[in-house]
Amino acid sequence: MTDLAQDLLSSFVVAEPQLNGSRNLGVVNLRKEALDRFEAQGFPTTRDEEWKYTNLKPVLKQDYRILLKGDDAVSFADIKSYLLSDLDTYKLVFINGKYSAWLSDSTHQSFDICTFAAALNKYPDIIAEYLGKAAPKGETFVDLNTAFADDGAYVRVKANQTVDKPIEILYLTTNENGPAFSQVRNLIIAEQNAEVQLVERHQNIGEQPSFTNFVSEVFAARDARVSYYKVQNDAEQATLVDNTHVVQKEKSNVHVGTYTFGGKLVRNNLHFYSGGEHAESHMDAITIIGDGQTVDHHTLVDHQEPNCYSRELYKGIYLGKSHGIFNGKVMVRQKAQKTNAFQQNDNILLSDKAKVDTKPQLEIFADDVRCSHGCTVGQLDRNALFYLRTRGIPKREAEGLMTYAFAADALEYVKIPQLEKRLNRVIAEKLGINLEFTL
Amino acid sequence: MIKINNLQARVEDKEILKGINLEINPGEIHAIMGPNGSGKSTLSSVIAGREDYEVTGGSIDFEGEDLLDLDPEERAHKGIFLSFQYPVEIPGVSVSNFIKTAINESRKGRGEEPMEAREMLAKMREKTALLEMDKSYLSRSLNEGFSGGEKKRNEIFQMAMLEPKLAILDETDSGLDIDALRIVAGGVNKLRTADNAVVVITHYQRLLDYIKPDFVHVLYNGRIVKSGGPELAHELEEKGYDWIKAENA
Repeated sequence: MTDLAQDLLSSFVVAEPQLNGSRNLGVVNLRKEALDRFEAQGFPTTRDEEWKYTNLKPVLKQDYRILLKGDDAVSFADIKSYLLSDLDTYKLVFINGKYSAWLSDSTHQSFDICTFAAALNKYPDIIAEYLGKAAPKGETFVDLNTAFADDGAYVRVKANQTVDKPIEILYLTTNENGPAFSQVRNLIIAEQNAEVQLVERHQNIGEQPSFTNFVSEVFAARDARVSYYKVQNDAEQATLVDNTHVVQKEKSNVHVGTYTFGGKLVRNNLHFYSGGEHAESHMDAITIIGDGQTVDHHTLVDHQEPNCYSRELYKGIYLGKSHGIFNGKVMVRQKAQKTNAFQQNDNILLSDKAKVDTKPQLEIFADDVRCSHGCTVGQLDRNALFYLRTRGIPKREAEGLMTYAFAADALEYVKIPQLEKRLNRVIAEKLGINLEFTL
Repeated sequence: MIKINNLQARVEDKEILKGINLEINPGEIHAIMGPNGSGKSTLSSVIAGREDYEVTGGSIDFEGEDLLDLDPEERAHKGIFLSFQYPVEIPGVSVSNFIKTAINESRKGRGEEPMEAREMLAKMREKTALLEMDKSYLSRSLNEGFSGGEKKRNEIFQMAMLEPKLAILDETDSGLDIDALRIVAGGVNKLRTADNAVVVITHYQRLLDYIKPDFVHVLYNGRIVKSGGPELAHELEEKGYDWIKAENA
């Protein structure tokens, strides 16, 4: 067991009575049980099959501060560039894990768009019904988060409501006093036939290293529609473990888009539990990283009911000495006849030093299903490059154009035009190109 | 315009061009014919600058400049265009965005200002009409899902937009039905001026009924073994290539 794990265990004793929700016996028990499981299991090492390619040791070695304080010194000007400035949105802004009321724009009008802290203190019934019901017990980072997390975004959209504008969730770390270990948590509930769009971002704006252990639980009831976009373009000293777990009921439609350009180490554990007939689960990702960066996508679609559809398109572009990992599992349970599952992971290595480990997995227990999966790792097509160059497009731009075209596929499902434009801009910037066409 | 002198090239260890001599002047149309594997496509690729071929001897002079020192894109900026036998599919890039990028990069390469959006649009309209293309072409992904005929037409559309000095059409007739052939050839003929030149590379005489060459060359085993006027193409059509092979055995 590492020192950080020991620090966390001893901090819990001090922290626990002060956490939001500490007067709710159900929550208290949930936390204690979760901590016990974490104590037994500790942090994963590369000996764990699920962590084989991602070594956490260097990032866990930091001397993290665990119990963080908010930061009043952050102004809107500091965070403006991390928000979609050309779009009216609800905003939930957290600094070092604490809600910042003056930077946020929440509501309780027709839907609850507020904080997990408020939900813990004020809505015991909701907490009892949903908290910890999507994210599985026994996953060590989930357990650790369950023990400590007491703030984050809380969104509840009541039946037949459509949230009138997208919700932006921004988690900031300022950590002026040293490396920061932060644990925040979302609870997103879309009731029957409700609709919501979320844009989420974790951002270290300090100079010290940060480690964010994040859990997001999403519940989509019958006919609910959720679009959830993760913009991961954090600073080079930031580590993120994102545990997003989505539970779906009949005819619900959930799309999670993960767009990763930054951070030192990003691990995305994205799980869908497709638990109602005719549910649709969509996952897209674009990863463009360079020197010294690692991005590890672990995804699961668990088809539990018949007649469901899942689609997963993950694109990776690796520059410099970067490392990409894709481990995508599609599970089709015996009952889940007529499942239609598509999974594709395509990667381009733009450098000799870049590395990709990709492992698509199918586990099928039903006999009448349509499942396809595949992965590719390659370089840009020389013939296509020559074709573009004979048209007067210089080599660098031709490479950029082709790489852009390769990635842009995975933007098709982005429903917020301002976000799509912004992602296009980041992609062009990351690829170091100035494309002539209208982005 | 272009002078090719004793050009030799190989791919890996295989000698393909064994001393090509060819001179083309503005306003001329040259046809290069020859049996499969004679080096026709290699010649066009080497002129356009494909890096897979190693030039082992000779020179290509284009308007007084040594072409062999230039990258493919620089050759394009100077006015060389190659229509591909197998145009490449590029998903995610629309025809219009692609051609805009190509035109403005070429202008940039020549130190010119980008083309005004309005002028670009007008030109696209004019050239799609010339090639009897539906406007919906422009918003489709470049060559993706295009039929053989559509791909070739799209090549000539790009040629019309880029207005090259020297256009090399590599097997542009392959995969075309008679109507598409007529449209493509009609487009090429309309784009002719006294200042530009066209090289038609073809296996068959058929295309030459529509694009009338001033000179016909027969390429065999890496060399031009016969040159003549349009009548040479007819002779080849009648007699096939065997007599050429026999003469050069």
